[in-house]
Amino acid sequence: MVFLPNDRHGQSAVAAFLRARLLPNRHDLIAFALVIAAIALVLHGTHDMRASMEALSNAPVSLDIGHLPEYALRTTLRMFAAIIASLIFTFIIATLAAKSRRAELVIIPALDILQSVPVLGFLTFTVTFFIGLFPGSQLGAECASIFAIFTAQAWNMAFSFYQSLRTVPRDLDEVSRSFGLSAWQRFWRLDAPFAAPGLVWNTMMSMSGGWFFVVASEAITVGNTTVQLPGIGSYLALAIDQKNFSAVAWAVGAMAVLILLYDQLLFRPIVAWAEKFRFEQTASQDKPRSWVYNIMLRTRLMKWLTVPFGWMWDRLMLVRFDGGKTAAQSTSVSRASGIIDRIWLILVLAVTAWGAWIAFDYVHQTLSWGDAKEAFGGGLVTLLRVIILIAVASVIWVPIGVWIGLRPAVAERVQPLAQFLAAFPANVLFPFAVVAIVATGASPNIWLSPLMVLGTQWYILFNVIAGASAFPTDLKEAASVYQIRSWTWWRRVILPGIFPYYVTGAITASGGSWNASIVAEVASWGDTKLEAYGLGAYIAKATEAGDFPRVVLGIAVMSLFVTLFNRTLWRPLYVYAERRLRLD
Amino acid sequence: MDIIVKDSPLVTVKDVRQTYDKGASGQLVVLDNVDLTLRPAEIVGLLGRSGSGKSTLLRAIAGLIRPSGGSVTFQGQPVTGPCSGVAVVFQSFALFPWLSVLENVELGLEAQGVLPAERRKRALAAIDLIGLDGYENAYPKELSGGMRQRVGLARALVVHPKLLLMDEPFSALDVLTAETLRTDLLDLWCEGRMPIEAILMVTHNIEEAVLMCDRILIFGSNPGHVIGEIKVELPQPRNRLDPAFRALVEDIYARMTTKTGAAAPARDGLFPGTGIAMVLPRVSTNELAGLIETVAATPYDGKADLPPLAADLRLGIDDLFPVAETLQLLRFAELEGGDLRLTAAGKRFAESEVDERKRQFAQQLATYMPLAAHIRRILDERPSHKAPARRFRDELEDYMSEEHAAETIKAIISLARYAEYFAYDEEADLFTLENPS
Repeated sequence: MVFLPNDRHGQSAVAAFLRARLLPNRHDLIAFALVIAAIALVLHGTHDMRASMEALSNAPVSLDIGHLPEYALRTTLRMFAAIIASLIFTFIIATLAAKSRRAELVIIPALDILQSVPVLGFLTFTVTFFIGLFPGSQLGAECASIFAIFTAQAWNMAFSFYQSLRTVPRDLDEVSRSFGLSAWQRFWRLDAPFAAPGLVWNTMMSMSGGWFFVVASEAITVGNTTVQLPGIGSYLALAIDQKNFSAVAWAVGAMAVLILLYDQLLFRPIVAWAEKFRFEQTASQDKPRSWVYNIMLRTRLMKWLTVPFGWMWDRLMLVRFDGGKTAAQSTSVSRASGIIDRIWLILVLAVTAWGAWIAFDYVHQTLSWGDAKEAFGGGLVTLLRVIILIAVASVIWVPIGVWIGLRPAVAERVQPLAQFLAAFPANVLFPFAVVAIVATGASPNIWLSPLMVLGTQWYILFNVIAGASAFPTDLKEAASVYQIRSWTWWRRVILPGIFPYYVTGAITASGGSWNASIVAEVASWGDTKLEAYGLGAYIAKATEAGDFPRVVLGIAVMSLFVTLFNRTLWRPLYVYAERRLRLD
Repeated sequence: MDIIVKDSPLVTVKDVRQTYDKGASGQLVVLDNVDLTLRPAEIVGLLGRSGSGKSTLLRAIAGLIRPSGGSVTFQGQPVTGPCSGVAVVFQSFALFPWLSVLENVELGLEAQGVLPAERRKRALAAIDLIGLDGYENAYPKELSGGMRQRVGLARALVVHPKLLLMDEPFSALDVLTAETLRTDLLDLWCEGRMPIEAILMVTHNIEEAVLMCDRILIFGSNPGHVIGEIKVELPQPRNRLDPAFRALVEDIYARMTTKTGAAAPARDGLFPGTGIAMVLPRVSTNELAGLIETVAATPYDGKADLPPLAADLRLGIDDLFPVAETLQLLRFAELEGGDLRLTAAGKRFAESEVDERKRQFAQQLATYMPLAAHIRRILDERPSHKAPARRFRDELEDYMSEEHAAETIKAIISLARYAEYFAYDEEADLFTLENPS
């Protein structure tokens, strides 16, 4: 019952109040247009996804520019589906790992290994599997492509979420328990908000990597199955096949527009919104801004329309299954639980050993030790490439990054560009390099290599810029007061200062380079095929031939190389940087 | 009938014992045989130094941890988990930074399944009571410390608890803000405007305890146990300058710095353990020297009464006592009856120059700090004059927990470095006799 005052003045005031609340303002118009457009596009795109395979062969991907927006939409939706799948995976798996000691024992090492497995190698199996799951429908191939993107994104998101859950401040945990919050309430009121900033950042990083894989996974050939899903990746593959240079240029342009839109319309608003979850008790100076988010904040009608959802959310919060009883924490582990732990550990190890044996046996039936030697040799060559390329990229980008980072005005403009370049799928640019190599007759063994860091070097650049920007002013001033210059300045002042940031960037870059080797070591332009000797080429060829045992062998060897490389080089460096060189 | 209900205790703690596993060498006892009864209409303070287990006891009563032994009952029912009649206020405020003041206050009601409209009404009433009107939509990071703790109080009161537990609620606030909050809380309590039957608060501030509590339990450390109980029968509001108030504060200082009972003769100072197995607190050598200088100078002239000294230096007992006790251990000073008196060595130290001070300090270390002498002897014996710190930590872990061992080693490094008694290389985790020259 709404209370309405009797006097006219009061009535008109209420009317004005209601009008002011309900009438749309200009922000509403923009927001409304954005929301309606998004809904329409999603509906249109998802409808097409379920079309049959025949529809695909009747209307194959064409180089007609008019189709490009449609393809861009399909590519975007794939990204979107993968990111949602990754989020759900993260919420469930990471929460499980953080809450259950026994689940943690399995999940964390598994995530660690999966992080180093070359994602593109998965394609072979997943395409076969998903097409079998939805026979005659494009949905199977769509799922395979989405799964490929998912495998590139999910692991580090899950890791970040898990780490946040493990570091929830003790006092907030105690408040939640003393008030008897249900597990459901606790998740949405404490766990998820606390983990939000880290998760958003990692999702952004994942998206950057994701564009690379969406391009690589749309046009796939596994043995005698060839699928070309409508999308920018397929468009590009066709353009390369037909040696159509202008179509390649269009694909590059479409990709750039797509990434920009995604960033502006989706990620900026989310980053600006997630700012409020940052766990600090003081208001920070420079907040991330987003025009879309600002518009959403200023709408009137839209806010009113979302009220019912807020109400539903409030009600949903009150749902509880546990009967409202939380137990006190016990500080000592009981003997029985310790024994179960040990049995569990043995069980896990046994299953792992059994799985390893199955894989070994499978590969061993068709392949000899000679094949293993070949894969291993290729691995060494690719390792050499990764090391040299990261070193070269570091020598080039560290000084440039420092120069930019120390000049705030320049950094402000260059930093978004570097992030954009990191997100831009480098495989879209491969054709240009291939044409150049073919034209000049240069050695593919050397000149295909730079393609591996083409997309990943930017991680080094923008991390170094971030590090140099964050370098404390007082230390800078101290260095100039005591006239520390040239080599001493680099060695004693700035390099230690940016080192933690550099290591973070270099780890991401080297991980990405291993993955990129699978597409970079084999490249083609029309009928011309270029190939460099290496493990990436080994996996790529085996995939194309549908030679499963060799793919398994190649992936296993590459996972081994990546894991060992991380353990022996990057992890010690990271630990050292964290321990000795952190400035805050 | 009423009288019987009033006299039945709200909380009963019997023989509570809390231990933590410390690996191979057995268990670490943090609380030993603690008894406590809390009756309606009283404010009880748990007063003690950090590490005396008083916060652990508070958490056991709150149902946040389950004690290893003994029993805790609330209103006659054994406590097995957090229950709805108890609310907790935290030292760090423990506000959710992503929730507004109103949403923070509503949180406990949401957990109870109270519907939104009712929730809002009750939260606004609590916000009004605690003096937060106008801040409903602010976020914690926009508020000052005092305002944040008011939110913490409103959040506790809104669920209508019978028992309010406060864990050092004012110790993260500046002096003026803390005083305002204490007064406001006492006013609400005395006027009966809060729906609370009793308050149990943990504190390490002696004056705060005397100001607010009807009863004070003094905790001793290692393991935590009750060393005394004091009834404060001064009428509210209390005056800090009242001689009776001062006498109580003085009495508590004396009790907290006196070696206790039978264990006293075996102990070398107030730290737990003997010989090399003594747990040492990390104390800055600047503070040691500073305290000696302050006590040596006027107006103390070599002998300081602890309450005014603490007030003068703006140090709480958790800051002042470890420094004073380390001085006692090194025989630079003596603690007795709430006084800190410099020894002859302490007075000599105060009059000396830097190099001479270091020499004297090294001498006291060698004579009175068995662990320092032990490390030095090993370094002297070895031809390389080097020894890994790991070796000494392992040795200490036979007597104390891993953390205490690490802290003790760090404490001895700090003292030895100042005295140039021996050196330590952090990167290699190595004790050496060589100082870089």
